[in-house]
Formats: sequence, C-alpha cells, structure tokens
Amino acid sequence: MTDTPLVIAGKSFTSRFLLGTGKFKNKQDLADSIAASESEIVTVALRRIDLERHEENILEYVPAHVTLLTNTSGARNAQEAVRIARLAKASGCGNWVKIEVINDSKYLLPDNHETIKATEILAAEGFVVLPYISPDLYAARALVKAGAATVMPLGSFIGSNQGLKTKEFIQVLINEIDLPIVVDAGIGAPSQAAEAMEMGAAAVLANTAIATAQDPAVLAHAFALAVKAGRMAYLSGLPLQHPVAKASSPLTGFLYNDVPAN
Amino acid sequence: MNILINGKSQQLTSAQNLTDIVNSFCKQPKHVITELNGNIVPADRWAQTSLKDGDALELVTFVGGG
Repeated sequence: MTDTPLVIAGKSFTSRFLLGTGKFKNKQDLADSIAASESEIVTVALRRIDLERHEENILEYVPAHVTLLTNTSGARNAQEAVRIARLAKASGCGNWVKIEVINDSKYLLPDNHETIKATEILAAEGFVVLPYISPDLYAARALVKAGAATVMPLGSFIGSNQGLKTKEFIQVLINEIDLPIVVDAGIGAPSQAAEAMEMGAAAVLANTAIATAQDPAVLAHAFALAVKAGRMAYLSGLPLQHPVAKASSPLTGFLYNDVPAN
Repeated sequence: MNILINGKSQQLTSAQNLTDIVNSFCKQPKHVITELNGNIVPADRWAQTSLKDGDALELVTFVGGG
C-alpha cells in the first residue's frame, strides 16, 4: 500500500517517527538508535557549555539527511522560548524549532498560552514552528492562526511511559485541525505509538522509552515498525468498535437444525 | 579584566576577541553559539568583537533533548 509522505512546512518525509536525543547512555547508542528508528527528524536541546569538562558534540552523531529540530526546553515563558530559538538559528543548523514552554516542575505540563505567543513571534520571523501543547482545541486553533507548522499534543506526562492518556482530546485535534498532528510525550511502548497512528495522527515522537531501554536500537526499530503498522491500519479504513460480538463465521448452514442460543 | 561567562566570573589577563574566548574556553568549539550582553553574535563577527570589562557572555551548544 502506498502512502503519501509526511509534509511539514513544504518538506517531505518518508518516516513518520521522530526521535528525541535526550537521556541516551552514550553517543553510540544514540547513533544506532537514530539509524534503527529511520527517523528523519530528531530533536535536540540547547544548553550552556560546561567549561570544566569536555563533552562530545551531539551533532556529530546526527546524519546529514536528518532534519534537526531544536526544542526550547528550559523556557518558562514565551520570551525565553524565543531567545532559545534565535540562538539555535544562529548556529546555522536550520530554523526548525519545537516550542516547549514549561513552568511546572512536577508534571512538566506545557503552558499553552505562552506557547501560542512564542509561536506567533517565531513564525513571523520565518521559523518552522512545531509547538508542544496540552491537547486543547482552542489552543490548537490559535496555533494554526499563529502560523504553526504542526501541532504536537502530549499523550501523557513527559517521560512517564503512560501512553495515550489524552486519547479522546488528541482525536479531536486530528479531526478538527488542518495541520499534521504529531503525538509527543509519554509514548512508552511501540503499541502506544501504533495506537496513535491508527487514530490518524500524522506522526509520533518518542525519546525516554528508547533512550532508557536496555537495548535502545532494538526498541527504536520496534517503534519504527509500530508507527508503520499503525499508519497502514489507519489508511486501511479501520472498522469501528462494537459493544457486543459480531460473528466472524457465517450464521447460516449450521449442521444442527436448532440455531445456537441467541 | 573580569567578564561573566555562563554566569561565572572569569579573569582575562589580556584583551581578547570572541574567537580567542571560544577557542580557549570551549573544549569543543564546533557548533558554539555566543550571546554577548543579551545579543547574539554570529560566528563570522567573533574576530572583530572584543570583550570589555563587565561583559556578560553566554556560550551555548546543542545537547541531547526530547
């Protein structure tokens, strides 16, 4: 079955799986996982350089064909997110930015209001903006108006591996928002990624689950397969669920004259 | 002179430009981004940007993140 590519801001991608690069035990695991995930978009963060110790340059481990998506983690409001995005752009490594504005350290929930403000500013400056939000229809509509390239609703708390706790609300965005919906955060297993794709999500992003697995590259590959399977199921026109049984075998021509009870 | 690099006070013995600073303070100078007193300084302007006493410099780079 042929699929159309994922298109974000006019750029086409074959893979519908985005990989985050945080928390990997070592850079080789990261490199192997990027390859196994077949991801064409990976997220990175921006931080102060540690002047005391030598740290490997993470970009050396990201293949040239992969689009770099810098997140604004650490930003607590729109202005801080804008500052981080501008710094990232100054590196010459592209203008794709995942807006992440968080000021709650317990649940790490994104501040939708500040995210919309940052999106407005950065989209107007020509950035390709992928905002990370709590799934909310009105916030998503405001992001469309603000010039976002996608909407990235969270499945559950960051790093929680709890899967699609916000499923019904993500479905609303998939149904109503005319931008790629990329499910981000909390996706802890390939089955959860497949579930998001079956619902009609355009793509899925995962990080913690893979980075903290015993064998990250193997799980990265499993995620890649699950995203493809979920996508294929969605394109097949997945049938609806029913509250009661519907027989798979014919209900005629039985060997007995009395039809089974009920 | 004293300048603030990534929030820490640093003593510089001689006048230095931004290229010198990046090369001496960053163990991995590739993909370093600089912000001087709140303004981004692109790499092609480092050589002509000299530091003065009291400057606040941020040296940032990419790390793993989700």
